[in-house]
Amino acid sequence: MPVTEIRVAGFGGQGVILAGMIIGKAFALYENGYATLTQSFGPEARGSACSAQVILSDQPILYPYVTQPDILIAMSQDAYHRFAPTLKENGLLLIEEDLVRISQLKPGVRVRGIPATRIAEELGRRLVLNIVMVGFFGAVTGLVSYDALRKAVETSVPKGTESLNLRAFERGWEHGSHAAHAEAPEAVPIERGLNGHD
Amino acid sequence: MITADPRAVLTGAHFIDGDHACTEGCIAAGARFAAGYPITPSTEIVERFAERAPEIGGRFIQMEDELASSIAILGAVWAGAKAFTVTSGPGFSLMMEHLGLAVMTETPCVFVDVQRGGPSTGLPTLPAQGDMMQARWGSHGDYEIIALSPSSPQECFDLAIRAFNLSEEFRVPVLLMMDEAVGHMTEKVVIPPADQILLYPRRYTKRPPSEYWPYEFGEDLVPEMVRAGMGYRFHITGLTHDERGYPAMSAEAQNKLVRRLKEKILRAKDRIITLETEALEEADVVVVAYGITARVAQRAIELARKEGIRVGKIRLITIWPFPDEFLRHVAMRIRAFVVPELNLGQIIREVERASCGFCRVLGVPHAGGTVHRPEEILEVIEEAAR
Repeated sequence: MPVTEIRVAGFGGQGVILAGMIIGKAFALYENGYATLTQSFGPEARGSACSAQVILSDQPILYPYVTQPDILIAMSQDAYHRFAPTLKENGLLLIEEDLVRISQLKPGVRVRGIPATRIAEELGRRLVLNIVMVGFFGAVTGLVSYDALRKAVETSVPKGTESLNLRAFERGWEHGSHAAHAEAPEAVPIERGLNGHD
Repeated sequence: MITADPRAVLTGAHFIDGDHACTEGCIAAGARFAAGYPITPSTEIVERFAERAPEIGGRFIQMEDELASSIAILGAVWAGAKAFTVTSGPGFSLMMEHLGLAVMTETPCVFVDVQRGGPSTGLPTLPAQGDMMQARWGSHGDYEIIALSPSSPQECFDLAIRAFNLSEEFRVPVLLMMDEAVGHMTEKVVIPPADQILLYPRRYTKRPPSEYWPYEFGEDLVPEMVRAGMGYRFHITGLTHDERGYPAMSAEAQNKLVRRLKEKILRAKDRIITLETEALEEADVVVVAYGITARVAQRAIELARKEGIRVGKIRLITIWPFPDEFLRHVAMRIRAFVVPELNLGQIIREVERASCGFCRVLGVPHAGGTVHRPEEILEVIEEAAR
């Protein structure tokens, strides 16, 4: 497998860093690959912009930063606006479809969406939307196996919340298995501005 | 050598950041006492130690400031513990007084500095490598110090153990010079079984109390220790002292003591210095880097090679003592050294000094706050190759 650069982005409180951590951990520990996770580390508070960068490779990773992601997981409109322009041509964009509206995209970018927050709410805890997203990511990309991701979820979430989180993971995976083969939705032009007024 | 305590070693593969890996390294090395005044970006190290302390029979004390933290670990060592303190720039400045005391009293201990942008409080959450010269010269007077610089979470673990081992062997404080980028980067860290982790035991004396002098030394210039409560009479002081440990206010005593403090490190420097080298034989240009910058530079090196430039690499793992002779020999057969670092020119001075004018030395200075763009380093490599 060549180097795959992934950026997970959203706002503080969505579990963005943990989602990146689980993807990296699954690949590094349970798939025998190499993974490096870096994060924008600052006085981020709940609600502000937040992102994690994960690199997956079958070789040791020297340069640890993501410049042009192959995959962007956008969990907020702001994250989409900031990072969609950095996606590689023919990259993959995974969105929280209730929170992100797509406008212009680079040529060849494929988009897959999931109402992760709604699914998490149905499970009883809005907090697990990041784990829904991880399951979705796994099924759509096929980069990390089901077993590896599941194990990484199980060993990374707070004790006592494993079964809830695993259900969230299953739901995301299920949704992703269908979406993986679905037609890419067309980019919808947004008439209101791109500066957070929509 | 002895082996690590299996009850405290988290053998296995972990996906953790450099800060946490550092904690596990300290624990595996036998550290059971830490004192600190938590400061970003080093806080996670003591946070994890505080959490792990009850299960390993350890103690963490959150002190009132960094002066207190750095003297508390010296007390713990003389009471028999292996101990360390953890800080970042502003705290590192405050610890310099007691770093000197540890040098003078030959107290084995480890100081971890997770570097962030400075001067003063600077950039708390962002990386720099601006304390490299402070690590060498920060305390007053003449002394030698050992400083190590990890480039990955795995190396934070490995070098934390090495730092403790060197501190015990040479009875000197050892500095683990991390940076925010490595401290907050998460990767796989493999912790070996305890019986594969070799530790240098404390050099306790075997002499009876009637025949023991605290600063009497033998062939390797390192005196034997005792600890409080063993039944020995001993005296430790920051004043210049004789072999009995008593203050000795003379030029002769000063000359004998301070020269020995330097010499015990310098005579062993070939064993202390570790480097990682790549493609030096056929290189025209050699990049010298350490910490996070060594990894960022790798991208630039690969880009330069694609352009046909013959680039080698030296990654400094031991920073102090500095590998003068090694660099001089490389300097004799290359065109230029390129030295990227997250400061405005610190280790480059050492590279210039060690090169003795045999080749050009070009810096890639950076004020910190983020890492270099590989292209910035590439441009200087190209210039060096011209």
